[in-house]
Amino acid sequence: MTARDLIPIAVLTVLAALLPLVVTSSPVLNFLVFMLIVALGAQGWNILGGFGGQFSFGHAAFFGTGAYVTAILQLRYGVNAWAGLVLAVAAGAAVGWVIGFLSFRSGLRGSYFALVTLAFAEVFRILANAASFTGGAAGLLIKLDVRAANLQFDDRAVFYWLVLAFVVAVLLLTRWIQRSRFGAQLVAVRENEDAAKALGVNSLTVKLRAIALSGGVTALSGCLYAQYFLYIDANIAYGSWISVELLLAPIIGGVGTVFGPVVGALTLHGLGEVAKQFAGRIPGIDLIVFGGVLVLAVAFARGGILGLLERLSDRGRGMVTRGPKEISHAGR
Amino acid sequence: MYSPQIILEAALNGLMTGAVYALIALGLTLIYGVLHIINFAHGALLTCAMFAVWIAWAWLGMDPYLAILPLVPVMFVLGYGLQRFVIGPASHGDDGNILLVTLGLSIVLENVLLAVFQSDTRTLDTDYSFQVVALGPLLLSYPRLIGLGVAVVVTGLLWLVLNRTDTGKAIRAVAKEKLGANLVGIDVPHVYAVTFGLGCACLAVAAGLLMPTFYVNPRIGGAFVLVAFTVVVLGGMGSLPGALLGGLFIGVVESLCGLFLGDSLGQIGIFLIFIAVLLVRPTGLFGAKA
Amino acid sequence: MLAVDGVSKRFGGLMAVDGATLALQPGGIVGLIGPNGAGKTTLFSMISGFVAPTDGRIRFEGTDITAEEPHRRAERGIGRTFQIVQPFAGLTVCENIAVGAYLRHAKRADATAKARDVARRVGLGSELDRPAGGLTVAGRKRLELARALATEPKLLLLDEVLAGLNPSEIRDIIPVIRGIRDEGVTILMIEHVMQAVMNLCERVYVLAQGRMIAEGPPAVVCADTRVIEAYLGHGAAARLKAEGAAHG
Repeated sequence: MTARDLIPIAVLTVLAALLPLVVTSSPVLNFLVFMLIVALGAQGWNILGGFGGQFSFGHAAFFGTGAYVTAILQLRYGVNAWAGLVLAVAAGAAVGWVIGFLSFRSGLRGSYFALVTLAFAEVFRILANAASFTGGAAGLLIKLDVRAANLQFDDRAVFYWLVLAFVVAVLLLTRWIQRSRFGAQLVAVRENEDAAKALGVNSLTVKLRAIALSGGVTALSGCLYAQYFLYIDANIAYGSWISVELLLAPIIGGVGTVFGPVVGALTLHGLGEVAKQFAGRIPGIDLIVFGGVLVLAVAFARGGILGLLERLSDRGRGMVTRGPKEISHAGR
Repeated sequence: MYSPQIILEAALNGLMTGAVYALIALGLTLIYGVLHIINFAHGALLTCAMFAVWIAWAWLGMDPYLAILPLVPVMFVLGYGLQRFVIGPASHGDDGNILLVTLGLSIVLENVLLAVFQSDTRTLDTDYSFQVVALGPLLLSYPRLIGLGVAVVVTGLLWLVLNRTDTGKAIRAVAKEKLGANLVGIDVPHVYAVTFGLGCACLAVAAGLLMPTFYVNPRIGGAFVLVAFTVVVLGGMGSLPGALLGGLFIGVVESLCGLFLGDSLGQIGIFLIFIAVLLVRPTGLFGAKA
Repeated sequence: MLAVDGVSKRFGGLMAVDGATLALQPGGIVGLIGPNGAGKTTLFSMISGFVAPTDGRIRFEGTDITAEEPHRRAERGIGRTFQIVQPFAGLTVCENIAVGAYLRHAKRADATAKARDVARRVGLGSELDRPAGGLTVAGRKRLELARALATEPKLLLLDEVLAGLNPSEIRDIIPVIRGIRDEGVTILMIEHVMQAVMNLCERVYVLAQGRMIAEGPPAVVCADTRVIEAYLGHGAAARLKAEGAAHG
């Protein structure tokens, strides 16, 4: 890894880390934490959707698994919150692997894959809503017990820095993937699976690894959500709203790029807040904006914001420009 | 356990609900069969139609079945316009993009409805909403029985349009071979838009049939869209008889699952079937293209 | 090295390949020719693992590989190019080739170095950092070749690598193919461009309507009556001979 590539990450990390020192209002900090959590989950989606080219419409399945695993482990088994975090990530990866195994083994791609992930997320939601050990329709409330050992902190800023640290870590992970053999093989499978296979790439293994990673990272974001907001139910954890959030951010930001999900999450939520300022009395105005931006992005800026920037600056290299030029993906 | 009569009643009620599912799925499968796109906005469009029926009743006192008549052309035009001026141009003809554009559209539609109508659930009452028809020892819901009949009729009408009219021939030509159809002078974007319009027109009928016994809120479309997808995938993408039979089957499954597993788990049967079909035979029972 | 034994492939009612048998010794270039629709690409797909034979066995270096996945065969040393060339869009030429190189080299630096080396051998040295989508047809064919070469194959299956090239491009790429052979790679090539077949191949197999109808040195095979009839129709050989005699 060359030093030049890491400079933007370092600069942005420092800037972002300084933010809580300037901003002390609670609602704003909540907003920032939420946005970072979405960015983290979106980074997870991007590994499978951006680099792997498999668009999942049901990433809530991983988000919710991460949230529920950590909540249930703490509430019913008294497991430490940090251990719960690790286990939540492992659970997310495992669920990803299983869904991937079933779907990829059957040769599902493109729209069909999107549909099956949607169905899996829905199944999880229905089960979580009905089963008693997930709290049923009432959901789960994590006990408020402010201690570092419980991943609960007096100062919200600490949690912000924690999530920020994870986001940066995954940024580095994504960058590593992009420059590794695994990343090259994953992109090859995305672009032309048969050609990749003829070159010795075990496409099934590569895709499974991608979805497991993707599931693990998104589960982490779900776990952090539960830890911060301390309440989850089936619709929050497994609802379609989070599936949509997690795919919108990378697509708007630049699918298949390292920074795309973060840029997208920032932009979308920023726009959402602006919309709420101007037309706050209209419920769901931020979502209307999201939907509109999605359509516009697909129509005019298929590489997302980063793709637009690349086109404008005419620079061809650098980690921000490594995504596919189009949001489309091969196969059906 | 449950008596055979109750089970039979549940099954028959399921059959009738399934008829409406079939109607919703008809539009979806037609759109897929011709445009080869999975229309994620289908649920939101259904919600729009259902709200339209409700408005006609609440503000104009119009009977829902009667409201279908003006609603069909309105929905047709809406669908035509959406495909011609929004979806088609925005997606640059790429399937992956279309997926996203229709998703974006559904988000916008759903939330606009939310903004206008708030999240309250609304229902409408008609004289016949709770009427039942006696079939031997069984009591069947009257409006739902009508739904079954209408669904079969509409399927037949659609089949006639596709197979006996020039427009239908053009549609089938484009479905089979877009480039060739283009070369012989068929206006492909127009045909696409007509197909989308027809799909939306089916939703108008479905909305009118649903409202007497159901309810509407901005989120309702989402639930229906998944069921519709299941029907389409089961029956085969692009197959009209598949959509009809698939819808009836799914309706029965949902009803029986609801009976044995209770309301909260009732829908799970549908999604498990969905997943199973996708994994084992994505082309469905009657489908041609995968 | 490669033994294809009575391999058949049935698609529904159609026998695409019917009891084809083929044997390759290490080294050299062997051609696979035949009229369009003869089943040549289907045979290739079976050898490379993309299509499962309905009948027959395929052996590579003594091991039965009939049921193995394509990537396993690539690991064994069977490389393949595709008739319709599709570079990995969005990646540069070097990155495209590196995907192949990663099979034998796990580290990025090694794979990239190998990719650059292969690119130079194939004549793409000056295009390495260009986006692969910007290559000409001839460039893409070389890229296809380079990608397969980067996997360090022992046997290279070339599927109409010359299709779509103009005569001067063909003339330029023939020495490249010979160079690959000279480095010890065995080549089996499907080709329609007879000039290249005559030029490059020591031996030729002829496939017509799914069946092997001839085998031998190119000059002999091309004069074979059955081969001429397969291409030109029944009775063509006799007609040609008669016309030849008439013209003296």
